Amino acid sequence: MNQNPVFVGIDNYVAILSNNVFLRAMANTLYLTCVSVIFHLLLGLGFAMLLDTQVISPLTRALFRVIYILPWVFTASIIAILWRLMLNPNGVINYLLMWSGAVSEQIEWLSSRQVALHAVTFINIWAGYPFYMVSLLAGLQGIPADIYEAGKIDGANGWKSFRFITLPQLKPIIISLAMLDFIWTMQQFTLIWMTTGGGPIRTTEMLSTFTYKLAFSSYDFSLASTMAFIILLLSLFIALFYVRNQRATDE
Amino acid sequence: MNRVLSPTAHNLLIKILIIGGLILGALFAGFPVLWMVTSSFKSNTEIFAFPPRLITESFSFSAYREVLTNPQQLRFFFNSYVVSTFVTVFTVVVGILGGYSFSRYNFPLKKLLNLIIIGVQAVPPITLMIPYFGLIIALRLYDTYGALILTYMVFTLPYAIIMMTGYFNTLPRDLDEAVMIDGGSPAVALWRVLVPISLPGIVSVGVYTFMLAWNEFLFALTLTRTNEMRTVPVGIQLLMGQHSYEWNQMMAMSVLGSLPVLILFTIFQRYFIAGMSSGSVKG
Repeated sequence: MNQNPVFVGIDNYVAILSNNVFLRAMANTLYLTCVSVIFHLLLGLGFAMLLDTQVISPLTRALFRVIYILPWVFTASIIAILWRLMLNPNGVINYLLMWSGAVSEQIEWLSSRQVALHAVTFINIWAGYPFYMVSLLAGLQGIPADIYEAGKIDGANGWKSFRFITLPQLKPIIISLAMLDFIWTMQQFTLIWMTTGGGPIRTTEMLSTFTYKLAFSSYDFSLASTMAFIILLLSLFIALFYVRNQRATDE
Repeated sequence: MNRVLSPTAHNLLIKILIIGGLILGALFAGFPVLWMVTSSFKSNTEIFAFPPRLITESFSFSAYREVLTNPQQLRFFFNSYVVSTFVTVFTVVVGILGGYSFSRYNFPLKKLLNLIIIGVQAVPPITLMIPYFGLIIALRLYDTYGALILTYMVFTLPYAIIMMTGYFNTLPRDLDEAVMIDGGSPAVALWRVLVPISLPGIVSVGVYTFMLAWNEFLFALTLTRTNEMRTVPVGIQLLMGQHSYEWNQMMAMSVLGSLPVLILFTIFQRYFIAGMSSGSVKG
């Protein structure tokens, strides 16, 4: 520890904001977060609506519900290891894709500069949609049946009743979920650290992994703290919107 | 489409589409988990066998035997159980005490304290990694159970206190007053009357806390150094370097490492999902 700390003003912030790796990590984090939030929402809503249909018996529905929740039960480091096995160039995913003719040669999912970022985003999507599904399913079941009845009388069926009844009813939940997810995914560390470690050549470097490396690989604790504070500001910024949205729905 | 098909054919088509969607979704969600479980029963040489198969001739429990007889890996599990259990017990006790005082007493700075507790929940763990690293070193707790237990409680306590405050708020004050009239102290009112009634809430806080502590990775990685102190999530990672990818053992360890959470999740599914989604679902 330095016995004579020096106050450096905003020097650290100038250094970090002009750092190429930081800008790269920022762009990667935004990509991971935005794509994850969108697909979490699409998958979560899709699965919730499938589970909400009356076509299948309650027992089958309960079985599917358990299967759909499965990814939620596993911790990020275990999910990372599992997908490293599945996405291994000699692994089962490549085999299935080649067998079906979708690709003609083995893909280096996690070590190719072109696909690694998409691959980790896919893993994060797989790991995170059940939270949306569970919340949206509760939301769907909370929509009073007579709204749909009234809609039917006015001629709203299928797509129209989804567009004009289901979506507006779920809107507060969707906004809350998206904001929470944005905060959580922005700081996703374990999954990235244990699949690619930010590589190859920084193509999957995130704000979180870069902060960790600055602190514990380069021992540059002051720059790392600067990064950490930027992440904190971003999170608080979104949390502020979340709280305002919660207040609005409470009233 | 309605005009081309008769109503029954139309309904049948919708039914087929829904069932097809359900099955595709189940493959997407379930196949990786199935692959994890079946791989843990393979021999390491057959992990990447071509063509891949779910069940191979070498089906055996040897990967589990390896993991469960290796003192190193048993130590990871032991550490995880110690840390998670202590975090859960301390969190539940402090959560009950904190919830009780927030619910029943007025004291200076109550609003500010409440605001801080809620605010801490919005702080990402990665931003606290560096200050806590310095603090833990200064307290000479680096590479000890204490380091993990103390830092995990920073993240489990706010939820516990908020939940318990809410729970106690739903219980009428007449309960406490009846105890006081009979000559009991507030402690008697809390532990003999309020706590037994609040057991469902306490259990859900406990389960949530245990799962959070069991799964934690970042602080376990930064605040411990020796293999004697590593927990399961970090320990699995070490298995990769040391043994040049013993995939079947890593999968066996993943299954074993997920079992406690899986069991808790299955038993307390209702509580847990209600608690997790109460923040985002209104009515």
